[in-house]
Amino acid sequence: MIQLSDVSYGYGGDDLLSNVSLELKPGSFHFLTGPSGAGKTTFLKLCYMDLVPSSGRITLFGKDIKDMTRDDVAHTRRRVGVVHQDCRFLDHLTLSQNISLPLEVADRGDEAENLRQLMAWVGLSDRGDALPPQLSGGERQRAALARAVIMSPEFVIADEPTGNVDWEMSQRLLALLVELNKMGKTILIATHDLNLIRAAKAQVSARVLRIRDRTLQLAGAEL
Amino acid sequence: MPDIVASIAESRADRVVPPSGFTARLTLFTAAAMAFLAVFAMALSLAAGRLADRWSSELARAATVRISAPADQMAIQTEAAMRVLRATPGVQSVQLLDETAERALLEPWFGPDLPLESLPVPNLIEIIEEGSGFDVAGVRLRLQAEAPGAVLDDHTRWRQPLVAAADRLRLLGLVSIVLIAAATAAMVTLAANSALAANSQVIEVLRLVGARDAYIARAFVRRFAMRTFAGALAGTILAVISILILPGNGPVDGGFLTGLGFQGLGWLGPIVVPPLAGLVAFVATRVAAFRALKRIT
Repeated sequence: MIQLSDVSYGYGGDDLLSNVSLELKPGSFHFLTGPSGAGKTTFLKLCYMDLVPSSGRITLFGKDIKDMTRDDVAHTRRRVGVVHQDCRFLDHLTLSQNISLPLEVADRGDEAENLRQLMAWVGLSDRGDALPPQLSGGERQRAALARAVIMSPEFVIADEPTGNVDWEMSQRLLALLVELNKMGKTILIATHDLNLIRAAKAQVSARVLRIRDRTLQLAGAEL
Repeated sequence: MPDIVASIAESRADRVVPPSGFTARLTLFTAAAMAFLAVFAMALSLAAGRLADRWSSELARAATVRISAPADQMAIQTEAAMRVLRATPGVQSVQLLDETAERALLEPWFGPDLPLESLPVPNLIEIIEEGSGFDVAGVRLRLQAEAPGAVLDDHTRWRQPLVAAADRLRLLGLVSIVLIAAATAAMVTLAANSALAANSQVIEVLRLVGARDAYIARAFVRRFAMRTFAGALAGTILAVISILILPGNGPVDGGFLTGLGFQGLGWLGPIVVPPLAGLVAFVATRVAAFRALKRIT
Protein backbone atom coordinates (compact mmCIF):
# COMPACT_ATOMS: atom_id res chain seq x y z
CA MET A 1 0.00 0.00 0.00
CA ILE A 2 2.58 2.54 1.14
CA GLN A 3 6.28 2.17 1.64
CA LEU A 4 8.67 4.72 3.11
CA SER A 5 12.40 4.11 2.75
CA ASP A 6 14.85 6.27 4.73
CA VAL A 7 12.52 9.24 4.52
CA SER A 8 13.59 12.48 6.12
CA TYR A 9 11.72 15.74 6.20
CA GLY A 10 12.70 19.11 7.56
CA TYR A 11 13.16 22.73 6.77
CA GLY A 12 15.56 25.42 7.85
CA GLY A 13 18.27 22.80 8.27
CA ASP A 14 16.49 20.87 11.04
CA ASP A 15 14.94 17.47 10.40
CA LEU A 16 11.47 16.90 11.87
CA LEU A 17 11.63 13.28 10.77
CA SER A 18 14.85 11.43 10.13
CA ASN A 19 15.44 8.20 8.17
CA VAL A 20 11.94 6.84 8.64
CA SER A 21 11.26 3.48 7.04
CA LEU A 22 7.90 1.78 7.09
CA GLU A 23 5.67 -0.42 5.02
CA LEU A 24 1.90 -0.56 5.50
CA LYS A 25 0.38 -3.68 3.96
CA PRO A 26 -3.04 -3.52 2.33
CA GLY A 27 -5.78 -4.18 4.89
CA SER A 28 -3.62 -3.27 7.89
CA PHE A 29 -4.76 -1.07 10.77
CA HIS A 30 -2.21 1.24 12.39
CA PHE A 31 -2.30 3.92 15.04
CA LEU A 32 0.33 6.63 15.16
CA THR A 33 1.14 8.14 18.52
CA GLY A 34 3.72 10.46 19.96
CA PRO A 35 4.00 13.65 21.96
CA SER A 36 2.69 16.91 20.61
CA GLY A 37 5.05 18.39 18.04
CA ALA A 38 6.75 15.04 17.45
CA GLY A 39 5.83 15.13 13.78
CA LYS A 40 2.68 13.00 13.54
CA THR A 41 0.86 15.41 11.26
CA THR A 42 4.02 15.89 9.18
CA PHE A 43 4.29 12.12 8.79
CA LEU A 44 0.67 11.86 7.67
CA LYS A 45 1.12 14.74 5.21
CA LEU A 46 4.05 12.89 3.68
CA CYS A 47 1.78 9.85 3.34
CA TYR A 48 -0.85 11.76 1.35
CA MET A 49 1.68 13.80 -0.63
CA ASP A 50 0.85 17.15 0.92
CA LEU A 51 4.57 17.37 1.73
CA VAL A 52 7.54 16.17 -0.28
CA PRO A 53 10.35 14.43 1.64
CA SER A 54 13.77 16.10 1.85
CA SER A 55 15.34 12.73 1.17
CA GLY A 56 14.34 9.10 0.91
CA ARG A 57 11.66 7.42 -1.14
CA ILE A 58 7.90 7.06 -0.71
CA THR A 59 6.00 4.55 -2.80
CA LEU A 60 2.22 4.75 -2.81
CA PHE A 61 0.15 2.09 -4.57
CA GLY A 62 3.39 0.83 -6.09
CA LYS A 63 4.44 4.16 -7.61
CA ASP A 64 7.23 6.44 -6.43
CA ILE A 65 5.64 9.78 -5.62
CA LYS A 66 8.60 11.59 -7.20
CA ASP A 67 7.60 10.12 -10.55
CA MET A 68 4.00 11.27 -10.26
CA THR A 69 2.67 14.11 -12.37
CA ARG A 70 0.20 16.54 -10.81
CA ASP A 71 -2.66 14.60 -12.41
CA ASP A 72 -1.22 11.36 -10.98
CA VAL A 73 -1.21 12.95 -7.52
CA ALA A 74 -4.84 13.99 -7.94
CA HIS A 75 -5.89 10.51 -9.09
CA THR A 76 -3.92 8.87 -6.26
CA ARG A 77 -5.55 11.13 -3.67
CA ARG A 78 -8.94 9.82 -4.80
CA ARG A 79 -7.79 6.43 -3.52
CA VAL A 80 -6.77 7.94 -0.18
CA GLY A 81 -9.35 9.31 2.26
CA VAL A 82 -7.92 11.91 4.59
CA VAL A 83 -9.36 13.38 7.79
CA HIS A 84 -7.37 16.52 8.45
CA GLN A 85 -6.79 17.76 11.95
CA ASP A 86 -8.16 21.20 11.10
CA CYS A 87 -11.16 19.78 9.16
CA ARG A 88 -11.08 22.26 6.29
CA PHE A 89 -14.28 22.67 4.27
CA LEU A 90 -15.61 24.94 1.56
CA ASP A 91 -17.61 27.35 3.67
CA HIS A 92 -20.00 28.40 0.88
CA LEU A 93 -21.18 24.83 0.23
CA THR A 94 -23.64 22.95 2.39
CA LEU A 95 -22.48 20.06 4.53
CA SER A 96 -23.86 17.43 2.14
CA GLN A 97 -22.18 19.16 -0.80
CA ASN A 98 -18.91 19.22 1.13
CA ILE A 99 -19.15 15.54 2.00
CA SER A 100 -19.83 14.58 -1.61
CA LEU A 101 -17.07 16.89 -2.90
CA PRO A 102 -14.59 14.04 -3.62
CA LEU A 103 -17.23 12.42 -5.85
CA GLU A 104 -17.94 15.76 -7.50
CA VAL A 105 -14.30 16.48 -8.39
CA ALA A 106 -13.93 12.94 -9.72
CA ASP A 107 -16.96 13.51 -12.01
CA ARG A 108 -18.84 10.85 -10.07
CA GLY A 109 -21.38 13.21 -8.53
CA ASP A 110 -24.25 10.95 -9.57
CA GLU A 111 -22.86 8.13 -7.42
CA ALA A 112 -23.73 9.80 -4.12
CA GLU A 113 -26.45 7.26 -3.28
CA ASN A 114 -24.79 6.30 0.00
CA LEU A 115 -24.46 9.93 1.11
CA ARG A 116 -27.62 9.79 3.22
CA GLN A 117 -26.61 6.53 4.86
CA LEU A 118 -23.14 7.83 5.58
CA MET A 119 -24.47 11.06 7.09
CA ALA A 120 -26.80 9.02 9.29
CA TRP A 121 -23.88 6.88 10.41
CA VAL A 122 -21.91 9.93 11.57
CA GLY A 123 -25.02 11.46 13.14
CA LEU A 124 -25.41 14.36 10.72
CA SER A 125 -28.67 13.40 8.97
CA ASP A 126 -30.42 16.60 9.94
CA ARG A 127 -27.44 18.86 9.22
CA GLY A 128 -27.12 18.30 5.47
CA ASP A 129 -28.17 21.85 4.57
CA ALA A 130 -26.03 23.52 7.23
CA LEU A 131 -22.98 25.52 6.23
CA PRO A 132 -19.63 24.53 7.77
CA PRO A 133 -19.30 27.69 9.91
CA GLN A 134 -22.58 26.67 11.61
CA LEU A 135 -21.14 23.33 12.78
CA SER A 136 -19.59 22.49 16.12
CA GLY A 137 -16.06 21.08 16.34
CA GLY A 138 -17.41 17.55 16.80
CA GLU A 139 -19.78 17.88 13.86
CA ARG A 140 -16.91 19.09 11.68
CA GLN A 141 -14.82 16.06 12.61
CA ARG A 142 -17.65 13.67 11.84
CA ALA A 143 -18.28 15.42 8.54
CA ALA A 144 -14.57 15.26 7.71
CA LEU A 145 -14.58 11.50 8.30
CA ALA A 146 -17.68 11.10 6.13
CA ARG A 147 -15.98 13.08 3.33
CA ALA A 148 -12.84 10.97 3.69
CA VAL A 149 -14.66 7.66 3.22
CA ILE A 150 -17.38 8.56 0.71
CA MET A 151 -15.22 7.46 -2.23
CA SER A 152 -14.66 4.11 -0.51
CA PRO A 153 -10.90 4.73 -0.57
CA GLU A 154 -8.34 1.96 -0.30
CA PHE A 155 -6.34 3.86 2.29
CA VAL A 156 -7.80 6.02 5.08
CA ILE A 157 -5.58 8.46 6.93
CA ALA A 158 -7.04 10.27 9.95
CA ASP A 159 -5.37 12.93 12.04
CA GLU A 160 -6.98 12.97 15.51
CA PRO A 161 -10.41 12.03 14.15
CA THR A 162 -12.03 11.78 17.58
CA GLY A 163 -10.38 14.77 19.24
CA ASN A 164 -13.58 16.80 19.58
CA VAL A 165 -16.27 14.16 19.95
CA ASP A 166 -17.68 12.42 23.02
CA TRP A 167 -16.91 8.80 23.89
CA GLU A 168 -20.07 7.43 22.38
CA MET A 169 -19.52 9.19 19.08
CA SER A 170 -15.84 8.26 19.02
CA GLN A 171 -16.91 4.62 19.31
CA ARG A 172 -19.29 5.09 16.37
CA LEU A 173 -16.55 6.63 14.28
CA LEU A 174 -14.15 3.89 15.28
CA ALA A 175 -16.75 1.28 14.35
CA LEU A 176 -16.96 2.86 10.89
CA LEU A 177 -13.19 2.68 10.47
CA VAL A 178 -13.15 -0.90 11.75
CA GLU A 179 -15.86 -1.85 9.25
CA LEU A 180 -13.85 -0.26 6.46
CA ASN A 181 -10.79 -2.20 7.62
CA LYS A 182 -12.75 -5.43 7.58
CA MET A 183 -13.65 -4.61 3.98
CA GLY A 184 -9.92 -4.62 3.22
CA LYS A 185 -9.15 -0.92 3.54
CA THR A 186 -5.86 0.19 5.06
CA ILE A 187 -6.27 2.48 8.08
CA LEU A 188 -3.72 4.85 9.63
CA ILE A 189 -4.89 6.99 12.54
CA ALA A 190 -2.84 9.56 14.46
CA THR A 191 -4.23 9.92 17.98
CA HIS A 192 -3.46 10.73 21.58
CA ASP A 193 -6.47 8.77 22.76
CA LEU A 194 -5.18 5.56 24.36
CA ASN A 195 -8.73 4.45 25.13
CA LEU A 196 -9.53 4.60 21.44
CA ILE A 197 -6.49 2.44 20.68
CA ARG A 198 -7.50 -0.10 23.31
CA ALA A 199 -11.06 -0.21 21.97
CA ALA A 200 -9.79 -0.75 18.46
CA LYS A 201 -7.37 -3.47 19.46
CA ALA A 202 -10.29 -5.31 20.97
CA GLN A 203 -11.95 -5.41 17.54
CA VAL A 204 -9.14 -5.61 14.97
CA SER A 205 -5.52 -6.48 14.77
CA ALA A 206 -4.18 -2.96 15.15
CA ARG A 207 -0.54 -2.04 15.48
CA VAL A 208 0.78 1.08 17.11
CA LEU A 209 3.55 3.26 15.69
CA ARG A 210 5.23 5.89 17.82
CA ILE A 211 7.25 8.88 16.73
CA ARG A 212 10.03 9.64 19.17
CA ASP A 213 13.26 11.54 18.64
CA ARG A 214 12.38 12.16 14.98
CA THR A 215 12.22 8.46 14.22
CA LEU A 216 9.39 5.97 13.93
CA GLN A 217 9.21 3.06 16.34
CA LEU A 218 6.88 0.13 16.61
CA ALA A 219 5.07 0.18 19.94
CA GLY A 220 2.01 -1.57 21.17
CA ALA A 221 3.02 -4.26 23.60
CA GLU A 222 2.47 -1.97 26.55
CA LEU A 223 -0.91 -0.74 25.32
CA MET B 1 -28.17 40.99 -18.49
CA PRO B 2 -24.63 40.10 -17.28
CA ASP B 3 -26.08 38.35 -14.22
CA ILE B 4 -28.41 36.29 -16.40
CA VAL B 5 -25.59 35.21 -18.68
CA ALA B 6 -23.38 34.44 -15.69
CA SER B 7 -26.03 32.36 -13.99
CA ILE B 8 -26.79 30.44 -17.18
CA ALA B 9 -23.12 29.62 -17.44
CA GLU B 10 -22.90 28.36 -13.85
CA SER B 11 -21.87 24.73 -13.88
CA ARG B 12 -21.21 22.19 -11.16
CA ALA B 13 -17.48 22.87 -11.40
CA ASP B 14 -18.08 26.62 -11.05
CA ARG B 15 -19.98 26.04 -7.83
CA VAL B 16 -16.89 24.95 -5.92
CA VAL B 17 -15.50 28.47 -6.15
CA PRO B 18 -17.32 30.92 -3.87
CA PRO B 19 -18.92 33.90 -5.57
CA SER B 20 -16.76 36.98 -5.24
CA GLY B 21 -18.59 40.26 -5.69
CA PHE B 22 -15.63 42.58 -6.03
CA THR B 23 -13.70 40.75 -8.75
CA ALA B 24 -16.98 40.01 -10.55
CA ARG B 25 -17.91 43.68 -10.70
CA LEU B 26 -14.35 44.68 -11.61
CA THR B 27 -14.22 42.20 -14.47
CA LEU B 28 -17.65 43.18 -15.78
CA PHE B 29 -16.84 46.89 -15.68
CA THR B 30 -13.41 46.45 -17.27
CA ALA B 31 -14.77 44.26 -20.05
CA ALA B 32 -17.64 46.68 -20.73
CA ALA B 33 -15.33 49.71 -20.83
CA MET B 34 -12.79 47.98 -23.06
CA ALA B 35 -15.44 46.71 -25.46
CA PHE B 36 -16.92 50.23 -25.65
CA LEU B 37 -13.48 51.65 -26.53
CA ALA B 38 -12.75 48.84 -28.99
CA VAL B 39 -16.01 49.41 -30.87
CA PHE B 40 -15.34 53.14 -31.07
CA ALA B 41 -11.77 52.57 -32.26
CA MET B 42 -13.13 50.19 -34.87
CA ALA B 43 -15.79 52.68 -36.01
CA LEU B 44 -13.30 55.55 -36.24
CA SER B 45 -10.84 53.42 -38.14
CA LEU B 46 -13.44 52.16 -40.60
CA ALA B 47 -14.93 55.62 -41.12
CA ALA B 48 -11.52 57.20 -41.70
CA GLY B 49 -10.61 54.44 -44.09
CA ARG B 50 -13.89 54.82 -46.01
CA LEU B 51 -13.49 58.58 -46.31
CA ALA B 52 -9.90 58.36 -47.49
CA ASP B 53 -10.84 55.59 -49.93
CA ARG B 54 -13.59 57.74 -51.36
CA TRP B 55 -11.37 60.77 -51.76
CA SER B 56 -8.63 58.67 -53.20
CA SER B 57 -10.98 56.93 -55.62
CA GLU B 58 -12.66 60.14 -56.78
CA LEU B 59 -9.35 61.91 -57.29
CA ALA B 60 -7.90 58.90 -59.04
CA ARG B 61 -10.67 59.00 -61.65
CA ALA B 62 -10.30 62.71 -62.37
CA ALA B 63 -7.57 64.98 -63.67
CA THR B 64 -7.26 68.66 -64.43
CA VAL B 65 -5.58 70.63 -67.20
CA ARG B 66 -4.62 74.19 -66.33
CA ILE B 67 -3.96 76.56 -69.22
CA SER B 68 -1.97 79.70 -68.60
CA ALA B 69 -1.29 81.65 -71.76
CA PRO B 70 -1.25 85.24 -73.05
CA ALA B 71 -4.75 86.63 -73.54
CA ASP B 72 -4.61 86.34 -77.34
CA GLN B 73 -3.42 82.71 -77.12
CA MET B 74 -5.77 81.53 -74.39
CA ALA B 75 -8.73 80.52 -76.56
CA ILE B 76 -6.53 78.86 -79.20
CA GLN B 77 -4.54 76.83 -76.69
CA THR B 78 -7.68 75.89 -74.77
CA GLU B 79 -9.34 74.61 -77.93
CA ALA B 80 -6.18 72.71 -78.88
CA ALA B 81 -6.01 71.10 -75.45
CA MET B 82 -9.68 70.12 -75.60
CA ARG B 83 -9.08 68.54 -78.98
CA VAL B 84 -6.11 66.55 -77.75
CA LEU B 85 -8.00 65.36 -74.70
CA ARG B 86 -11.13 64.35 -76.61
CA ALA B 87 -8.98 62.27 -78.94
CA THR B 88 -7.20 60.52 -76.06
CA PRO B 89 -8.23 56.90 -75.30
CA GLY B 90 -9.29 56.42 -71.67
CA VAL B 91 -10.87 59.84 -71.35
CA GLN B 92 -14.59 59.65 -70.75
CA SER B 93 -15.37 63.36 -70.82
CA VAL B 94 -13.71 66.72 -70.78
CA GLN B 95 -15.32 69.90 -69.57
CA LEU B 96 -14.04 73.44 -69.65
CA LEU B 97 -14.97 75.17 -66.41
CA ASP B 98 -16.94 78.29 -67.20
CA GLU B 99 -16.68 81.58 -65.35
CA THR B 100 -19.39 80.60 -62.86
CA ALA B 101 -17.66 77.37 -61.95
CA GLU B 102 -14.29 79.13 -61.58
CA ARG B 103 -15.87 81.85 -59.46
CA ALA B 104 -17.37 79.14 -57.23
CA LEU B 105 -13.94 77.54 -56.84
CA LEU B 106 -12.27 80.83 -55.87
CA GLU B 107 -15.09 82.20 -53.74
CA PRO B 108 -14.00 80.48 -50.48
CA TRP B 109 -10.65 82.32 -50.68
CA PHE B 110 -11.47 85.64 -52.37
CA GLY B 111 -15.15 86.22 -51.67
CA PRO B 112 -18.13 86.60 -54.05
CA ASP B 113 -17.16 89.93 -55.63
CA LEU B 114 -14.00 88.85 -57.34
CA PRO B 115 -13.51 90.67 -60.73
CA LEU B 116 -12.61 87.49 -62.51
CA GLU B 117 -12.69 89.03 -65.98
CA SER B 118 -9.88 91.47 -65.11
CA LEU B 119 -7.59 88.84 -63.57
CA PRO B 120 -5.23 86.48 -65.43
CA VAL B 121 -7.01 83.41 -64.13
CA PRO B 122 -5.99 80.27 -66.02
CA ASN B 123 -8.60 78.19 -67.83
CA LEU B 124 -9.35 74.85 -66.21
CA ILE B 125 -10.41 71.66 -67.99
CA GLU B 126 -11.84 68.83 -65.91
CA ILE B 127 -11.11 65.33 -67.26
CA ILE B 128 -13.13 62.28 -66.17
CA GLU B 129 -11.39 59.01 -66.90
CA GLU B 130 -12.87 55.70 -67.96
CA GLY B 131 -11.61 52.14 -67.78
CA SER B 132 -7.99 51.95 -66.76
CA GLY B 133 -7.44 55.67 -67.41
CA PHE B 134 -5.23 57.38 -69.98
CA ASP B 135 -1.51 57.53 -70.72
CA VAL B 136 -0.47 60.51 -68.61
CA ALA B 137 3.04 60.82 -70.05
CA GLY B 138 1.73 60.64 -73.64
CA VAL B 139 -0.92 63.30 -73.00
CA ARG B 140 1.67 65.58 -71.41
CA LEU B 141 3.88 65.32 -74.51
CA ARG B 142 1.01 66.00 -76.88
CA LEU B 143 -0.23 68.95 -74.83
CA GLN B 144 3.29 70.36 -74.79
CA ALA B 145 3.27 70.26 -78.59
CA GLU B 146 -0.27 71.49 -79.21
CA ALA B 147 -0.83 73.82 -76.23
CA PRO B 148 2.44 74.85 -74.56
CA GLY B 149 0.61 76.70 -71.76
CA ALA B 150 -1.30 73.60 -70.67
CA VAL B 151 -0.27 71.74 -67.53
CA LEU B 152 -1.79 68.34 -66.73
CA ASP B 153 -2.41 67.60 -63.05
CA ASP B 154 -3.38 63.95 -62.51
CA HIS B 155 -3.76 64.52 -58.72
CA THR B 156 -1.00 62.04 -57.88
CA ARG B 157 0.67 64.41 -55.45
CA TRP B 158 -2.66 64.82 -53.60
CA ARG B 159 -3.72 61.20 -53.79
CA GLN B 160 -0.53 59.60 -52.48
CA PRO B 161 -0.54 61.34 -49.06
CA LEU B 162 -4.26 60.50 -48.70
CA VAL B 163 -3.68 56.83 -49.43
CA ALA B 164 -0.75 56.82 -46.98
CA ALA B 165 -2.93 58.55 -44.37
CA ALA B 166 -5.69 56.01 -44.90
CA ASP B 167 -3.24 53.13 -44.46
CA ARG B 168 -1.84 54.71 -41.29
CA LEU B 169 -5.33 55.30 -39.90
CA ARG B 170 -6.26 51.67 -40.50
CA LEU B 171 -3.02 50.54 -38.87
CA LEU B 172 -3.60 52.85 -35.90
CA GLY B 173 -7.11 51.41 -35.48
CA LEU B 174 -5.72 47.90 -35.58
CA VAL B 175 -2.97 48.75 -33.08
CA SER B 176 -5.57 50.37 -30.79
CA ILE B 177 -7.72 47.25 -30.87
CA VAL B 178 -4.71 45.00 -30.17
CA LEU B 179 -3.70 47.28 -27.27
CA ILE B 180 -7.25 47.19 -25.90
CA ALA B 181 -7.25 43.38 -26.12
CA ALA B 182 -3.87 43.25 -24.36
CA ALA B 183 -5.07 45.63 -21.64
CA THR B 184 -8.20 43.50 -21.20
CA ALA B 185 -6.05 40.38 -20.86
CA ALA B 186 -3.83 42.13 -18.30
CA MET B 187 -6.79 43.33 -16.23
CA VAL B 188 -8.54 39.96 -16.36
CA THR B 189 -5.27 38.30 -15.33
CA LEU B 190 -4.98 40.66 -12.35
CA ALA B 191 -8.59 39.98 -11.34
CA ALA B 192 -8.10 36.22 -11.79
CA ASN B 193 -4.91 36.28 -9.73
CA SER B 194 -6.73 38.20 -7.04
CA ALA B 195 -9.57 35.63 -7.05
CA LEU B 196 -7.08 32.74 -7.02
CA ALA B 197 -5.19 34.25 -4.08
CA ALA B 198 -8.43 34.91 -2.18
CA ASN B 199 -9.47 31.30 -2.76
CA SER B 200 -6.16 29.61 -1.97
CA GLN B 201 -7.72 27.64 0.88
CA VAL B 202 -10.54 26.45 -1.38
CA ILE B 203 -7.97 25.34 -3.94
CA GLU B 204 -5.98 23.47 -1.28
CA VAL B 205 -9.08 21.61 -0.12
CA LEU B 206 -9.96 20.72 -3.71
CA ARG B 207 -6.46 19.42 -4.39
CA LEU B 208 -6.53 17.35 -1.21
CA VAL B 209 -9.80 15.66 -2.15
CA GLY B 210 -8.37 14.72 -5.54
CA ALA B 211 -9.31 17.56 -7.89
CA ARG B 212 -7.14 17.82 -10.97
CA ASP B 213 -5.66 21.21 -11.91
CA ALA B 214 -7.86 21.26 -15.01
CA TYR B 215 -11.00 20.87 -12.87
CA ILE B 216 -10.02 23.73 -10.54
CA ALA B 217 -8.86 25.95 -13.38
CA ARG B 218 -12.10 25.29 -15.29
CA ALA B 219 -14.16 26.76 -12.45
CA PHE B 220 -12.19 30.02 -12.57
CA VAL B 221 -11.76 30.12 -16.34
CA ARG B 222 -15.47 29.65 -17.11
CA ARG B 223 -16.44 32.24 -14.56
CA PHE B 224 -14.03 34.91 -15.80
CA ALA B 225 -14.65 34.14 -19.47
CA MET B 226 -18.43 34.43 -19.02
CA ARG B 227 -18.15 37.60 -16.95
CA THR B 228 -15.89 39.18 -19.55
CA PHE B 229 -18.21 38.08 -22.35
CA ALA B 230 -21.20 39.54 -20.50
CA GLY B 231 -19.40 42.81 -19.75
CA ALA B 232 -18.13 43.09 -23.33
CA LEU B 233 -21.62 42.41 -24.66
CA ALA B 234 -23.03 45.25 -22.55
CA GLY B 235 -20.18 47.58 -23.58
CA THR B 236 -20.60 46.71 -27.25
CA ILE B 237 -24.35 47.32 -27.18
CA LEU B 238 -23.83 50.67 -25.48
CA ALA B 239 -21.16 51.67 -28.00
CA VAL B 240 -23.29 50.69 -31.00
CA ILE B 241 -26.28 52.60 -29.62
CA SER B 242 -24.05 55.62 -28.99
CA ILE B 243 -22.75 55.50 -32.57
CA LEU B 244 -26.24 55.06 -34.03
CA ILE B 245 -27.61 58.09 -32.21
CA LEU B 246 -24.73 60.38 -33.18
CA PRO B 247 -26.23 63.49 -34.85
CA GLY B 248 -26.22 63.37 -38.65
CA ASN B 249 -25.33 59.70 -38.78
CA GLY B 250 -26.67 57.80 -41.71
CA PRO B 251 -26.08 56.98 -45.32
CA VAL B 252 -25.60 60.64 -46.32
CA ASP B 253 -22.46 61.65 -48.12
CA GLY B 254 -21.24 63.66 -45.18
CA GLY B 255 -17.90 64.31 -43.61
CA PHE B 256 -15.80 62.32 -41.21
CA LEU B 257 -17.95 62.60 -38.08
CA THR B 258 -21.28 62.17 -39.84
CA GLY B 259 -19.90 59.07 -41.58
CA LEU B 260 -18.99 57.36 -38.27
CA GLY B 261 -20.60 53.96 -38.09
CA PHE B 262 -20.63 50.48 -39.54
CA GLN B 263 -21.71 49.43 -43.00
CA GLY B 264 -22.04 46.01 -44.60
CA LEU B 265 -19.30 43.62 -43.49
CA GLY B 266 -18.13 46.29 -41.05
CA TRP B 267 -20.92 45.13 -38.72
CA LEU B 268 -18.93 41.95 -38.15
CA GLY B 269 -16.53 44.11 -36.11
CA PRO B 270 -18.81 44.86 -33.14
CA ILE B 271 -20.38 41.39 -33.42
CA VAL B 272 -17.04 39.65 -32.81
CA VAL B 273 -16.00 41.93 -29.91
CA PRO B 274 -17.86 40.06 -27.07
CA PRO B 275 -16.76 36.52 -28.10
CA LEU B 276 -13.24 37.79 -28.73
CA ALA B 277 -13.16 39.40 -25.27
CA GLY B 278 -14.42 36.13 -23.77
CA LEU B 279 -11.67 34.25 -25.61
CA VAL B 280 -9.01 36.68 -24.37
CA ALA B 281 -10.30 36.22 -20.80
CA PHE B 282 -10.39 32.44 -21.25
CA VAL B 283 -6.73 32.31 -22.28
CA ALA B 284 -5.58 34.88 -19.68
CA THR B 285 -7.38 33.18 -16.79
CA ARG B 286 -6.26 29.70 -17.85
CA VAL B 287 -2.61 30.77 -17.93
CA ALA B 288 -2.95 32.55 -14.56
CA ALA B 289 -4.79 29.62 -12.97
CA PHE B 290 -2.31 26.94 -14.03
CA ARG B 291 0.59 29.14 -12.95
CA ALA B 292 -1.00 29.66 -9.51
CA LEU B 293 -1.93 25.98 -9.12
CA LYS B 294 1.67 24.88 -9.68
CA ARG B 295 2.55 26.60 -6.41
CA ILE B 296 0.16 24.31 -4.50
CA THR B 297 1.05 20.64 -3.89
